[in-house]
Amino acid sequence: MIEIRNLSKSFTLHNQGGVAIPVMAGAHLRVAGGECVGLVGRSGAGKSTLMRMVYGNYLAGGGSIRIGEIDVVTAEPRQILALRRAVLGHVSQFLRVVPRVPTLEVVAEPLLRLGVPPEAARTRAADLLARLNIPERLWRLSPTTFSGGEQQRVNIARGFAHDYPALLLDEPTASLDAQNREVVLRLIEEAKARGAAILGIFHDEGARDRVCDRLVDVTGFTPGMAA
Amino acid sequence: MTDQAYNFAYLDEQTKRMIRRALLKALAIPGYQVPFASREMPMPYGWGTGGAQVTAACLTPDDRLKVIDQGADDTTNAVSIRRFFQRTAGVETTERTAEATVIQTRHRIPEQPLSEGQILVYQVPIPEPLRFLEPRETETRKMHELEEYGLMHVKLYEDIARHGEIATAYAYPVRVEGRYVMDPSPIPKFDNPKLAGNPAIQLFGAGREARIYAVPPYSDVVSLDFEDHPFVASKADHECDLCGSAGSYLDEVITDDRGTRMFVCSDTDFCASRQAQGHRGRLSPQGATP
Amino acid sequence: MTLMQNAITAAPLLSVQGLTKRYGARIGCMGVGFDLYPGEVLGIVGESGSGKSTLLSCLAGHQRPDEGRILFDGADVLAFSEAERRRLLRGDWAYVHQNPRDGLRMGVSAGGNVGERLMAVGARNYAAIRETATDWLGRVEIAADRIDDRPSAFSGGMQQRLQIARNLVTGPRLVFMDEPTGGLDVSVQARLLDLLGGLVRDLGLSVVIVTHDLAVVRLLADRLMVMKSGRVVECGLTDQVLDDPQHAYTQLLVSSVLQV
Repeated sequence: MIEIRNLSKSFTLHNQGGVAIPVMAGAHLRVAGGECVGLVGRSGAGKSTLMRMVYGNYLAGGGSIRIGEIDVVTAEPRQILALRRAVLGHVSQFLRVVPRVPTLEVVAEPLLRLGVPPEAARTRAADLLARLNIPERLWRLSPTTFSGGEQQRVNIARGFAHDYPALLLDEPTASLDAQNREVVLRLIEEAKARGAAILGIFHDEGARDRVCDRLVDVTGFTPGMAA
Repeated sequence: MTDQAYNFAYLDEQTKRMIRRALLKALAIPGYQVPFASREMPMPYGWGTGGAQVTAACLTPDDRLKVIDQGADDTTNAVSIRRFFQRTAGVETTERTAEATVIQTRHRIPEQPLSEGQILVYQVPIPEPLRFLEPRETETRKMHELEEYGLMHVKLYEDIARHGEIATAYAYPVRVEGRYVMDPSPIPKFDNPKLAGNPAIQLFGAGREARIYAVPPYSDVVSLDFEDHPFVASKADHECDLCGSAGSYLDEVITDDRGTRMFVCSDTDFCASRQAQGHRGRLSPQGATP
Repeated sequence: MTLMQNAITAAPLLSVQGLTKRYGARIGCMGVGFDLYPGEVLGIVGESGSGKSTLLSCLAGHQRPDEGRILFDGADVLAFSEAERRRLLRGDWAYVHQNPRDGLRMGVSAGGNVGERLMAVGARNYAAIRETATDWLGRVEIAADRIDDRPSAFSGGMQQRLQIARNLVTGPRLVFMDEPTGGLDVSVQARLLDLLGGLVRDLGLSVVIVTHDLAVVRLLADRLMVMKSGRVVECGLTDQVLDDPQHAYTQLLVSSVLQV
């Protein structure tokens, strides 16, 4: 489902003397449907960079990232937008939403964008929020005022609202208590069971061991860091 | 009787030709405002300088002129304009609508139906019907050009929103021959139906704004309205206290300092003619013969 | 995958090629081209004088470009007569000004402001116009009992929402916005962004939005164009341009603002 070949990337800092920093070279990776692959490697090795290139918010320097029929590296913006709407989900560590929008709408939004009827979208959103133990009295409020853990759970609910065939998870269990961590791990297992291809970063080793089928060390893709 | 110090009808021949050209253009494009080189007249702006220039350009020595102000032949404005043309053109004058060939009017259309061959000249203070909502002349001209008349209905919408009905009682906008929206000058909306299909030539002159426009005989003239708030040509719900007419436009006159009122025809010739025919109103002197 | 297919096979709603506007020797904008697809929001950012406002006014027909083509739904807009162009401006297109006073009739009630475009396209039933106006005031969160008040009695945020209702009432397909949240308090901005986001999604609007506020485009725009000295220096997905800017100027722009 996700197939990365010979991916490379460097940053050029034009305002700091035009210095070019190579951050990735020769990255290969494959995630099949129903599989969860965990990225590992020491901090700064490029786990997040790789995830962002797959999602399309970092530009690749060379190589290819095929997700279904689309190569993210060469795709037009609107193809990536369509991919993100229907195929590729992303749970990031930060919740970025328009202020003042109620939590229920934030979670239902990916489904509304896909044209799911509002009733059905809100029902699904309510189910997820309930599962993730967000008290119902908060659903009408904007999540911008919530605690870090609550925001993280809203973010997860939003990321799992639609059954994406491919999912990117960036530290999905960070800052969660044991009970909610368990809910998230179950959500991941369910996604795998329905055939989703999952690529994730998990610092939580217990979680990593439980859901990941394989681990890939990105240090091997990092120029000058290969041990 | 012409005062030999003046050219016929005061204006020089070149000026009259210039105005006639504007009049012909105005008649060719019904409702369209034709700019013209408005002259100074020996009367203040607002006293009918536009109408007087149009009248001067139309008059021939054989014409018979009638001048009315709010329907009356005997008010200062009417009298002075009538005297002006008596002196400068030497034309005959009359107060009888039927006998006049040229009628200059301020704010009324005579009650007596006009006939072919007659010319009705309106004095116009503000020729632009869109001015109320769009102050830019460049923009209003463009709106006329492109028939963008939605704004006219915004004005009527505002009326209904504020007063529950279209409260515009005079200078009620019309659309001429399905094309130009026109300000009919501050005539009461009661007179609007008389604009349509009229056998007479109707000419409009705005002196200060230097615009001439026209409604040719038998033109289609429609008062703007909404489907659910149709145009109504309303008047005071009374009969004339002098001639008993129920179908003419009435002026309300306060007759003492205790608020006693009477309603009389605004068209003095119409009222006098009816009284001469023996019609009587509520306050007519009993048994008196006119 | 049908949704993906639709998104990819649809024709652009607006296609701009080689758009150039000069003011004598000075360049307003130079060689600008892009495609905007149905339902897409394109943000144009850049500092004052970067040409983003010139570009917007050329696109919206307020100025005539010296060179280039603008195709709307396949039709060459620059070849339109003025009558056709103005019909477009009160039908399929809408323009939201930065200052609501430029986009509203301050002497006309809120209902009249919203109703004007309806009347301009031939609505002649007072009750129906009023009903539609009331509905639209509700959609932009203005209480129905304010329908007969003039915009001068409204706050800045309310005026801006009224301007949006006035523009969207005839169901345009393409909306141009010039700094729609400029000059508003931060809390009012948020409310407006929320409103705009919902309307864009629910009505499937295509939007070209010019702003210098990167936070606004982050939340509203699908794609971003960065302009400098009249030229487009970078364009791409909004989050890509903001998270991984390629051009020196974009890097400077992104690093110069507080975290968004």
